[in-house]
Amino acid sequence: MKLFNEPSPLETKIISFRFGLENSASIDTYLANDGYKALRKALEMTPDDIINEVKASNLRGRGGAGFPTGMKWSFVPRASEKPKYIVVNADESEPGTCKDRLLIQHDPHQLIEGCLLGALAVGAKKGWIYIRGEYNYLIHIMDKAIAEAYNNGYLGKNICGSNFEFDLYTHTGAGAYECGEESALLESLEGKRGVPRIRPPFPAVSGAFQSPTLLNNVETFSSVPAILRMGGQAYADLGVPKSGGTRLVCMSGHVNKPGVYEVPLGFPLMKFVNEIGGGVWKGRALKAIIPGGSSSPLLKAEECDIPMDYDSIAKAGSMLGSGGLMVMDETTDMVKVALRIMRFYQHESCGWCIPCREGTTWLKKMLQRVSDGHGQTRDIDLIGDLAQNMMGRTFCPLGDAAAMPTIAIVKKYRNEFEEYVARNPFASPELVSIA
Amino acid sequence: MTFSPELEAKFADLVTHYPEGRQRAALIPMLMFGQEEVGSITPEFMEEVGKRLGLNTMQVDEVVGYYSMLHKKAMGKYHVQVCTNVACLLRGGAELYDHACHKLGLGHKEVSADGLISLEEVECMGACSWAPAVQVNYDFHHEVTTDQLDTILEGLKK
Repeated sequence: MKLFNEPSPLETKIISFRFGLENSASIDTYLANDGYKALRKALEMTPDDIINEVKASNLRGRGGAGFPTGMKWSFVPRASEKPKYIVVNADESEPGTCKDRLLIQHDPHQLIEGCLLGALAVGAKKGWIYIRGEYNYLIHIMDKAIAEAYNNGYLGKNICGSNFEFDLYTHTGAGAYECGEESALLESLEGKRGVPRIRPPFPAVSGAFQSPTLLNNVETFSSVPAILRMGGQAYADLGVPKSGGTRLVCMSGHVNKPGVYEVPLGFPLMKFVNEIGGGVWKGRALKAIIPGGSSSPLLKAEECDIPMDYDSIAKAGSMLGSGGLMVMDETTDMVKVALRIMRFYQHESCGWCIPCREGTTWLKKMLQRVSDGHGQTRDIDLIGDLAQNMMGRTFCPLGDAAAMPTIAIVKKYRNEFEEYVARNPFASPELVSIA
Repeated sequence: MTFSPELEAKFADLVTHYPEGRQRAALIPMLMFGQEEVGSITPEFMEEVGKRLGLNTMQVDEVVGYYSMLHKKAMGKYHVQVCTNVACLLRGGAELYDHACHKLGLGHKEVSADGLISLEEVECMGACSWAPAVQVNYDFHHEVTTDQLDTILEGLKK
């Protein structure tokens, strides 16, 4: 399939190196380019060896939370008598994120191999790839790849002549951001409304069908074959301490060359925007960057001189999240951005937890009021207070996801909210003459 | 209510994908794939799917109500979805949606009188780096200008 954007010479291609090869989604292309080599290696290894290799790689979850993958894999109780399952989160829906789509579109076998490695590590015999409903065309690509893998002995019984067996299926979602949250995804996989579950128990212990489940993002699973091929340490060394390897970053917004690019963890953020992205468009100045999907607090231009790794971005007060990097130029209206972000979270709140359901609804109403020119000064404080009060008070991170960017925008661009309020003739009673 | 042999085969295959006794898991895929053939999620369709999975219609209905891609009201033959979420907003998604509204004379989730075209303002659909994005049924269109949108819309024939 054709590439959506030109690659950059500054990329380090570890998991995207097959993108753009002829018939890159086919098993022939995959096998001719290191495909299923990691599986053959892993079949000679013990589960502990595989997990230790993943631990050594310092791979952290690419779906948003950034949890150390090797540790997550070690939490699955292999001695449990229950069946163990693999679930791939391909419900990519954090605004700003469009990388998992490419990983399936251009290299579905890499994901299958990642699932097989996870299955060997935890003793799973069955797995599902939960693909968001809008990505219907990917289901066809994935199903075709799965069929090829069965026909070539990489799925089913006696994989590569061993006694290892594994079945893999695609499963379509039906349009719900919330189902990207792991416990809501499992509810949805079981044929129910996608509302989050209380944790603990975590999915590693009780996940799909109440059985131990290894649940990771598409990019996380897709990174494991490279880790086993090159060795965990070598992969870790590509990145920085505690953030190993490379990741796909989805650049969007006001840049000259938006696109999805693979860079090592710790790559300088401004170098990424200016040299890979060709800088801010139309010769304008940079105003702010949302570094990791719309739930990550935005960084003002002067805060952006940092490396892109989990800890450096956390230190700057934001998150690397899902790698959805949105660039905003000097003309961007932050009130409109805050409103659009809140409209999204209000629409997607599943309604299970009151602080989130009511909080997002009232935040949207207040932001709409300010944006419409009917805001009061006290609205600005109330928006910040209400968002602050949602933090940490919900079952799943959606409440926090809605609150964090709102708090950051109101705090960092309060002047823009005040300008909107100042245009409301009824906003400041003390300015109205009563004489 | 009857389905095409292809859809019947698909349903029969789907229920084998899940552990024994957990066939309810096939519900959402069955509704999604079935909707393409039936046109919308009708009460008869819900009842039929429920019967196959051991669910009553209300249990199916409560699931249907949760998901934005399951439509109880039939959408047009061509369902035009314009994204206006942040990444698309920054590159003209809102203007594109307004343009589509005027051009089609339709609002959010409205269907043309002849049932040919429906319009929806949608949330992020994972095309952020190639914004603004439009999806017609399941086909993605990237970096869409108002002129290109006109061409796309004019190409939607009976």
